[in-house]
Amino acid sequence: MAETQTLRLQGVRKAYGVGTVAEMEVLHGIDLTIQKGEFTALIGPSGSGKSTLLNLIGLLDHPTAGQLFLTGVEATGLDDADLTRLRATAIGFVFQSHNLLPAFTAEENVMLPLLAARGRPDKDMQKRAEGLIEAVGLTPWSSHLTNELSGGQQQRVAIARALIMQPALVLADEPTGNLDTQTADSVFDLLRKINLESRTSFLIVTHDKRLAQRCDRIIELVDGRIASDKVNAVINPE
Amino acid sequence: MKQLLTYEWILSTRFMREGIMQTLLIISGVALGVSVIVFISALISGLQTNLFRRTLDYQAQIVIRPPREVARSLRKSDVGLQATLVQPRAQRLRSVDQWQTVSRMLEKMPEVEVVAPVVAGAGFVIRGDANKAVNLTGMEPQSYLRLIALEKQLIAGTARVGPADILIGNELGHDLGVGVGDKLILQTASKASVTLTICGIFDFGNKGINERSVYVALRTAQSLLNLPGGVTTVEVNVEKPFDAELVAQVISAQTGLDVESWIVLNAQFFSALQAQSMSNFIIRFFVGLTAALGIASVLVVSVVQKSREIGILRATGATRNQILRVFLLQGAVMGLLGSLIGSFAGWLFLIAWRGIAINADGTPLFVIEFDPMLFVWAAVGATLVGTLAAVFPARTAAKLDPAVAIRG
Repeated sequence: MAETQTLRLQGVRKAYGVGTVAEMEVLHGIDLTIQKGEFTALIGPSGSGKSTLLNLIGLLDHPTAGQLFLTGVEATGLDDADLTRLRATAIGFVFQSHNLLPAFTAEENVMLPLLAARGRPDKDMQKRAEGLIEAVGLTPWSSHLTNELSGGQQQRVAIARALIMQPALVLADEPTGNLDTQTADSVFDLLRKINLESRTSFLIVTHDKRLAQRCDRIIELVDGRIASDKVNAVINPE
Repeated sequence: MKQLLTYEWILSTRFMREGIMQTLLIISGVALGVSVIVFISALISGLQTNLFRRTLDYQAQIVIRPPREVARSLRKSDVGLQATLVQPRAQRLRSVDQWQTVSRMLEKMPEVEVVAPVVAGAGFVIRGDANKAVNLTGMEPQSYLRLIALEKQLIAGTARVGPADILIGNELGHDLGVGVGDKLILQTASKASVTLTICGIFDFGNKGINERSVYVALRTAQSLLNLPGGVTTVEVNVEKPFDAELVAQVISAQTGLDVESWIVLNAQFFSALQAQSMSNFIIRFFVGLTAALGIASVLVVSVVQKSREIGILRATGATRNQILRVFLLQGAVMGLLGSLIGSFAGWLFLIAWRGIAINADGTPLFVIEFDPMLFVWAAVGATLVGTLAAVFPARTAAKLDPAVAIRG
């Protein structure tokens, strides 16, 4: 049971400015389960709490109430070191832009999470990074500094980096937000391809209705509540 | 080498290379500070050694004399008159009582390096019509030459005085028109006189001494000053010159004799040495503080500039401690590099200074000593200061909330 559940949220709430006059609850009790290999879109208007929810799932922020399970491990109540470890092994991040460290090459950026975990570089690390760079189609650019790459190429590097720890869940916050349509499509295709090949779960925040329609499942968040959660009928016509 | 190549090391060196201008500027700042410290320290310690040597070259560190003769009024009695005015006694030339025993005792003390019996008094040297008042010192060359660097100051002849030899200063020789091998008559107030051969001429770099001091054999002085078998002072050098006062007090307590150390005899000189050491310390402190503030400010700016990158690193598995160490390392590396370059630059300054600061005769004005430990301490100190300076920015970086940092 726990093995097929990548993520489970139970009554998760998040408020800012707790205890002050400006206290404001952004998420009002979210219940959500994501199964292994699901390719899910998270949509909703600005200010609906998408980024907050993503930060909570990515263990970058703490919920005010409720429980969060990642790959069966309860994350609420862990200290910073344990959270970092769980985040490093279970979650891969792809942010909207300016994702990468400009002082490092594409391949080095991909290696960084593994380097953080192992402490020292080794041959295996390099081999895995090379493999991922190849998988995202950037082998000719692997030794380029990241600011020499185009926006689409940078996002591909970010995707490769998100995958190097072989996480159960990849969180993507508007991964195609700053890209033109054609590039956005190819980056999205890449995410989908990886999902199908490796059975990694994806949760993608997007404004792009067109791309959302290409996901298995679409969750809509409105005013801090899940307004709708449905299996995409276009892709899964059952 | 490979062991050193850690995540923290890779990140910190890349970050420093990324902001290469800032890094180079602050390393030059630290280097300049360290070079000033190295230069000033070497200069001051060279100066001190020099002054110290000049002071101790012609005087013993501890001088033991017979107790002063004092006239006391009679003990107060119930009857009769009491003298209200007591005239102080003139101090005649006397021998240190039991000086052989005292010498043997001193030689056994572990702190003591050398013990020399000395007979000193006043006299005249006469050559033809000319005569000059001199301070006459009778000594045994085998002990006295270890006490005072007389041999080093010789400009002619030998310091090994025999019973019929005399050692004079160059000024006196000049006044009397004599050189090595010439003869002089040495006379004292008791009308005793002896003809001596000049065996050597010295130059202490001090006109008063060069004009007034003469050295003869102990026995010659004893007979001239009418002190057969006696000595006026026993002079001592200790292993550590700065402990001289302590040793002097111990000797005084054990023998009851009048004991004085060079520290008391040269109180002003000694306090000048201390003032120099203090100013040296103050210079080091403020230069160190300036370097620390420079490193800290560069790193504070770097943390602000890189907060988004730090957030991304945290999101991709970097722990707080790893981030902390990345910035501490930058401080340490900047401190170390700065100190290495600074030590080298300071060393070059010193060589240049040595070429400029010379006497008219071409000898260096100061003997500047290169203490390799100074360079080691500069490196260790600067690395430590750099690391400490990095503590505040590194903690700021480690405490960044990744969610906030990524959002920007």
